[in-house]
Amino acid sequence: MALLEVKDLEVRFGLRSGEVKALRDINFTLNRGERLGVVGESGAGKSVLGFSILNLLSKPGYIAGGEISFEGRNLADLSAEELRSVRGNRIAMIFQDPMMTLNPVLTIGEQMVECLLAHRKISKRDAREIALQKLKQVYIPSPETRLDQYPHELSGGMRQRVVIAIGLLMDPDIIIADEPTTALDVTIQAEIMELMLELCERNNVALILITHDLGVVSQVTQKTIVMYAGRIIEQGPTKEIINDAQHPYTQGLMNALPQMALPGQRLNQIRGAMPPLQRIPTGCAFHPRCNYVMETCKHNLPGFTRSGGCQVACHLVAEMKREEAAQKKAEEV
Amino acid sequence: MTDQTQILEAAPAAPSAWQRIKDSHLWHSFTRDRVAQISLAIFVLYAVMALFAPAIAPYDPYDPSQIDILNSEIPPSWDEAEGDENFWLGTDAQGRDLWSTILYGTRVSLMIGLCAVALQAVLGICIGLVAGYFGGRLDSLLMRLADVQLSFSTMMVAIVVLAVFQATFGTELYQDLAMIMLILVIGIAEWPQYARTIRASVLAEKRKEYVDAARVIGLRAPRIMFRHILPNTLSPILVISTVQVANAIIAEASLSFLGLGMPVSEPSLGSLISSGFEYIFSGSWWITVIPGVVLVALVLVMNLLGDWLRDVLNPKLYKG
Repeated sequence: MALLEVKDLEVRFGLRSGEVKALRDINFTLNRGERLGVVGESGAGKSVLGFSILNLLSKPGYIAGGEISFEGRNLADLSAEELRSVRGNRIAMIFQDPMMTLNPVLTIGEQMVECLLAHRKISKRDAREIALQKLKQVYIPSPETRLDQYPHELSGGMRQRVVIAIGLLMDPDIIIADEPTTALDVTIQAEIMELMLELCERNNVALILITHDLGVVSQVTQKTIVMYAGRIIEQGPTKEIINDAQHPYTQGLMNALPQMALPGQRLNQIRGAMPPLQRIPTGCAFHPRCNYVMETCKHNLPGFTRSGGCQVACHLVAEMKREEAAQKKAEEV
Repeated sequence: MTDQTQILEAAPAAPSAWQRIKDSHLWHSFTRDRVAQISLAIFVLYAVMALFAPAIAPYDPYDPSQIDILNSEIPPSWDEAEGDENFWLGTDAQGRDLWSTILYGTRVSLMIGLCAVALQAVLGICIGLVAGYFGGRLDSLLMRLADVQLSFSTMMVAIVVLAVFQATFGTELYQDLAMIMLILVIGIAEWPQYARTIRASVLAEKRKEYVDAARVIGLRAPRIMFRHILPNTLSPILVISTVQVANAIIAEASLSFLGLGMPVSEPSLGSLISSGFEYIFSGSWWITVIPGVVLVALVLVMNLLGDWLRDVLNPKLYKG
């Protein structure tokens, strides 16, 4: 049984201007110790996905349909108290900006001890000992002193390490990291990602890495989901997606990486912008920006086509596969 | 990863509490602000006077055996014609030493002020936190309640409640319970001040990610409210507290002046002013004026301290 299974998830936002579907038809599974990357432009619904797994959507968002099963139990069916014992305990979350996620008026130690005491019946002294151990695990120098310091006394990278240590406190099964390195500078980014990879591997923790950085995804994850306008448009093994992206959108994302541009030239970009959720185009949501748009793309929603280990929602890929199959048949005959 | 650990030098030893205070912006501003220094000095003086009143006062104004009616209305000792050097600030109409009575009165006034504000703060903070954190209907309900409460003036509520209490249970019982009643009435009448301020800060704090993070950790709502959000709203609480203590002392003095406050046998500054008011036209000005000056000075320094705190704690008003 998969550790986490998301089935037909639909999330809506009840806005004054009407209901908006932020996520539709989200299906994926995550096994123990597996690392999954979720990529897409801003507004694709990546963060909403992260929040909805923990049932932490703030109003006016709500889960309108589908199932999120954690170890076979649907998280939506759990009582508030049961859900609380899952949050932080079994599933931890790491946010984007470590300056914002640490409470400025509590010392690092207080925040860590508090988390431990909320889930386990242990003494404060033991909790402090565990906190100290976790700080050591994330390579924070002189952790004893750091425990009694306030967040503002630490540097950005150090703070994100503390946040990761807090995420690891309860030895969770899954860590959801929502753009954990976006607020950090590039050299620190690499260190933090390396650290997360190491910790996940050592503790056999599953990771859901939400990011728009394909480079990070290729380094860290085994599976990747590419999202566009609230839908999954391509998912499969990271290697295949990085090396041989099928969907025109994923190809566009790859091309947009700075290292893909030639020296002295402008960076590649996907023309246009993500449509607002209130006005998602009919058919394939990507068609107004797609270079290979066909007539059917404008009217019909593409289903998933299998391509290698990947699943791709694109009419073009589907057609190419059909032609391939037909050719093969012709050859056989 | 390991060589990077070596590059980062060891964290400096945590500074002592005193060192932290000395390094703080608050202390820096305090050392430069003469008004704040003088105000705090005077306030500390008042606090010492109030705290050690029994030790400082030459007479016990609550002990009838030490009062001699023949000593009534003696002017302050610097009045050479009629003054008595046993009574530094003179005596009141009942022959009580005014200096001792003022010391005890300050004690009563400060006590009522602080306790009433503590009550306001507890009520207001709880209600404000709940309203701001949970929002929605509960928020609307609590805030409308606050609006209703604010639409009655504190004095009106206090006068009605105290007058009704006095009428139903008799003056005897009232005199015994006067202090508690004053604390309750002033405390309950002014909670919306706190509730509104706290609610506004909570609304701002609630959106910050550390609150999300606390929820992700799996903390319970009360814990998030009191341990995570409340400490982040402390500076406005501190500022309104100083102003509210001054207000509560004034409210108590006004009520006492109207005859609804502390009884004459256990006078606060307000009832002392009131009791001397009858004699002011017969020339005994000191019974009213001296406690009056003491009261005004007390309220003034509290307000000045409040102003200073507001300036210091509000970064938008930071003047460098």
